[in-house]
Amino acid sequence: MKTQIKVKNINSTSDLVLDDRVHKSLYSDEKIFEEELDKIFNNTWVWLAHESELPEAGSYKTATIGRNPVIVVRDRKKNIHVMLNRCRHRGATVCEGKTGKTKAFTCPYHGWGYGLDGSLRALPKPEEYENILDKAEFGLIKVRTESYQGMIFATLKDDLEPLEDFLGGAKKWIDLFMKQGGGYPIKTLGDHRFRFPGNWKIQLENTTDAYHFPIIHKSFISSLDEEASEIFDFLDGDGFVEDLGNGHSVMVMIPELVDLDENLDEPIPERYGDLAKQLADEGHSDLEVRRLVRAVGGGGFNLNLFPNVACSMAFFRNLVPISVNETEIHHIALGGDGAPEAFNQKRIRLHEHFQGPMGFGTPDDGEAWERVQAGSMAGTDGWIMLHRGMSKLSTSADGNVQGAVCSETGMRAAYQQYKKLMSQSSEQ
Amino acid sequence: MKLDTQLLADVTAFLNIEADMLDNKEYHQWLDLWLESGLYIVPVDHNATDYANTLNVAYDNNKMRLARIERLTSGNAVSTQLSEKTVRTMSRFRILDDVDGLVRVRCAYCLYEDNKNGVRCYPANLQFKLARDGGSFKIAEKVVKVMKSSQYLTTVSYLF
Repeated sequence: MKTQIKVKNINSTSDLVLDDRVHKSLYSDEKIFEEELDKIFNNTWVWLAHESELPEAGSYKTATIGRNPVIVVRDRKKNIHVMLNRCRHRGATVCEGKTGKTKAFTCPYHGWGYGLDGSLRALPKPEEYENILDKAEFGLIKVRTESYQGMIFATLKDDLEPLEDFLGGAKKWIDLFMKQGGGYPIKTLGDHRFRFPGNWKIQLENTTDAYHFPIIHKSFISSLDEEASEIFDFLDGDGFVEDLGNGHSVMVMIPELVDLDENLDEPIPERYGDLAKQLADEGHSDLEVRRLVRAVGGGGFNLNLFPNVACSMAFFRNLVPISVNETEIHHIALGGDGAPEAFNQKRIRLHEHFQGPMGFGTPDDGEAWERVQAGSMAGTDGWIMLHRGMSKLSTSADGNVQGAVCSETGMRAAYQQYKKLMSQSSEQ
Repeated sequence: MKLDTQLLADVTAFLNIEADMLDNKEYHQWLDLWLESGLYIVPVDHNATDYANTLNVAYDNNKMRLARIERLTSGNAVSTQLSEKTVRTMSRFRILDDVDGLVRVRCAYCLYEDNKNGVRCYPANLQFKLARDGGSFKIAEKVVKVMKSSQYLTTVSYLF
């Protein structure tokens, strides 16, 4: 059967996002990009930080919600606030640097000083504001924020559903992901940041794309020992991709590593033999050693949370749209808060091995994404295909649509949420 | 200040060879410049000192150096297949100290990359620990503090 797809007179998102394909203009049209910032990033829960990035009172992280610079900060009472990074006087940012610790936020331009909770505390020469400025009305503008399992999200939309409702079916997978501290709470251990010349959705797709792994990451796999390389040979295994609703999806690549609290009596893999011995020599019990070793490489799945974060095996992957054809990626390393140094050190080394500008995996992903951005512009057929696995869908144990591990089920889930948000009227 | 110009000349000559080997992709000869215990480090945070317990862009011991050279030369890594030669320039060599056969030196460095998106340049401060080895040196540690490494880089298909 021949499918006829109209490529002319495309003028709305519903024409650009079909069930099995999306139009290439989603990668390249500047007007669509600006609309995405308004209709998606200004209208949903956007991930900003993990609570461990703000360990003390005064700890802050700068981030963006769409085109809005924001500060995520912990105040003296240990409450977390998200505020627009914009002085209420003339608009200068009041906080610089990606992370840090401060006692207050002071605008460098005219010295307006704000507390950690955003309240306007003092300003130089206040007499000229006598009777015309109420400090209570000129604090930094707060943004609604909610957290789940230490993951801090914010939204500019005050009447949006609660975060936990938005996460819905993804919560179960976040809970599982947080087990990789090896018995300790999850803690961030630094990040790699890099930019690539391509649209943000190319990255969004990638986190739920197992099909590419053995192809583009041949170099990474060949750098592993035999036992580890077999683990990454998962396309013929029992893995799956499940549509979790609201654009979220999970891609289970290594089913035996979904729950890191299970199967603690399995043999210690040879590649972690030295780590196990070191932990045992330090006096950790056999059970603790087994729990740490099982968790050290991370979980066996990628959880893609629409629109800008993934809990990806062993790290957080945060995407930041810069322009229609430029995206910044943060790969945030994770470990256990209070866990043995050898455990966290091993996790850092594993992260460096694959991730980041000089990892054995990321640069090859980056090359592929850059080529998608460039090559997709060619020709008159404007479609990016997303139909892999559509003829073999099933229903998951949780009642969701499920496809094979190398299906494009997760991408279709994300684009349906994209379509829903982009189809809202501009006034929203 | 008394200058040991002979040591400076020896160190400069050695580091010029190191850079020339990388520019000309003489990777296996480059591996021979290292002590087996040597560490090649590209930190994220330029203020870090405990590199072992800090996330770096690269932290290569001997095993990882060998794996990286295999990656750069095998043809398996798509991001390295079309990589052109690079141009490294170095200047401002300064010997920091020379204690127990270990010379610490730093210099200014810039790598220019012929990339399909244009010529990209990466300025950096380099720090070496060089172990005396007969009339020459072996690298005990190389730390490359690339500008913007704590903010954002692009992906890299060579060694700094």
